[in-house]
Amino acid sequence: MTKSSNLTLDVQKDGLRAINQRLQSIPHGSNETNWVLANPQGEHALACGLMSPIRVEIMGTAGYYCAGMNKEASVIVHGNVSTGVAENMMSGYVRVKGNASQSAGATAHGGLLVIEGDAAARCGISMKGIDIVVGGNVGHMSAFMAQAGALVVLGDAGDALGDSLYEAKLFVRGKVKSLGADCIEKEVRPEHLELLAKLLAKAEMKADPKSFKRYGSARKLYNFNIDNAEAY
Amino acid sequence: MCGIVGLYLKNKKLSPKLGELFTPMLIEMTNRGPDSAGVAIYRDPVGKSEIKVTLAHTDPAFDWSAIAGQLTDLHGKTAAHKIGNHCVLVSKASEEQVRAFLASQAPGVRVVGAGHVIEIFKEVGLPRQVADMYELETAHGSHAIGHTRMATESAVTTAGSHPFATGQDLCLVHNGSLSNHNSWREWLRKNAKIEFQTENDTEVAAAYLTWKLREGHSLKQALESSLTDLDGFYTFVAGTADGFAVLRDPIACKPAVMAETDDWVAFGSEFRALASLPGVDQARVWEPEPAIVYSWGKA
Repeated sequence: MTKSSNLTLDVQKDGLRAINQRLQSIPHGSNETNWVLANPQGEHALACGLMSPIRVEIMGTAGYYCAGMNKEASVIVHGNVSTGVAENMMSGYVRVKGNASQSAGATAHGGLLVIEGDAAARCGISMKGIDIVVGGNVGHMSAFMAQAGALVVLGDAGDALGDSLYEAKLFVRGKVKSLGADCIEKEVRPEHLELLAKLLAKAEMKADPKSFKRYGSARKLYNFNIDNAEAY
Repeated sequence: MCGIVGLYLKNKKLSPKLGELFTPMLIEMTNRGPDSAGVAIYRDPVGKSEIKVTLAHTDPAFDWSAIAGQLTDLHGKTAAHKIGNHCVLVSKASEEQVRAFLASQAPGVRVVGAGHVIEIFKEVGLPRQVADMYELETAHGSHAIGHTRMATESAVTTAGSHPFATGQDLCLVHNGSLSNHNSWREWLRKNAKIEFQTENDTEVAAAYLTWKLREGHSLKQALESSLTDLDGFYTFVAGTADGFAVLRDPIACKPAVMAETDDWVAFGSEFRALASLPGVDQARVWEPEPAIVYSWGKA
């Protein structure tokens, strides 16, 4: 298949709903695979609910829930994003060239989210299988109740990292201000170095896997105790 | 949910365009707060021996010149400038004299703000209507702070709209809600002799800052001590005669984004409020960290 040329939509002129409907309705196998959204101006819910392997470039800063519920599509934001980028993503790829506000990748089941700058509070909250790579720092309560997937932070992490964590794997290269309840530092084994190397390569980030520390669940909270199973 | 915006001009040459830059910011926040809007504008400082008081009356045809005339006779030269259903009064009288006169002679008049620089305009209605009523688009000045309200803690009334001012030239806008405002209202009433006009939580926060400033704290110090004294979730934007400051609660419940260039610094609840500012593409854009006071000017 030859690469199709870019199709441009103007967020201010064409309107959010029309743009999202157009992008959501592109069938698998379509030649209309490369899209550019001009003038995003911080608009909310841009490129949400995409369901086919298209590529969408957003040429500026996006608002809340950008690329939410994404499936298979690649969304590249040439700016910052507000709350909840790639929330509930199922698969695909979202890349933010700037910073992300809170709850980046919240509850997402799959795919890869890359934030080149910083992510604010609650990055990866309740993540359920997504992989998140952050080039800068993450804010407080990141990976809160994170269930599966990996959060890789090249910078520092804020307070209460990984509070009430389940099986998600957390890797931080810089300082961790404090660990949340039941989150502990864990040994980095060869399989973790392998995972890190793979994720860093996929995210096109340069860092030595050996320079990261790993954090995970101590599995000591109430819900991990088999004697409490009847309570559920 | 509420929307808050602030614009502080670092380049004084931009001051004729304050309203032109600020109005789209306020209007962009309409769907965060469609029930009322308000704005504090810092402009045209009056002399040391004068006071500037913003007044409001429910009757748009209220005779402000009569008020000015009576105050002139009683306490010295007073001029009234009507804007919408508000009036900016500049008087040789003291603030106390103006307040005492109004309380006895014109009980329907509300004092919205007072100081040497500040003017405050607020009203129920869509931000567009409020901006038009108070000629915001053509306003000049050094800085402005605005609020679009979706009421949660008290009624949808003009008095309950933001900004709140309890001390001279100080104003506060707030997105969030405070949980210990009742006990602080009582404490401030009793110990700092501050009078309250509403049951609103933000008015208590403004009064708290007023009290701290009176005690000799800077705005930055006052906001820092509010971190231990005020409980709840909030993003505060506060203005003084020549300063501007921002504070988010320690867990950053409420949204905030800032942008700064050599010419201006701006605050918005969401980035789209800043998207119309000239040079925003090249601006430093960041999310204020929780429990850190950011300040400009003489804050």
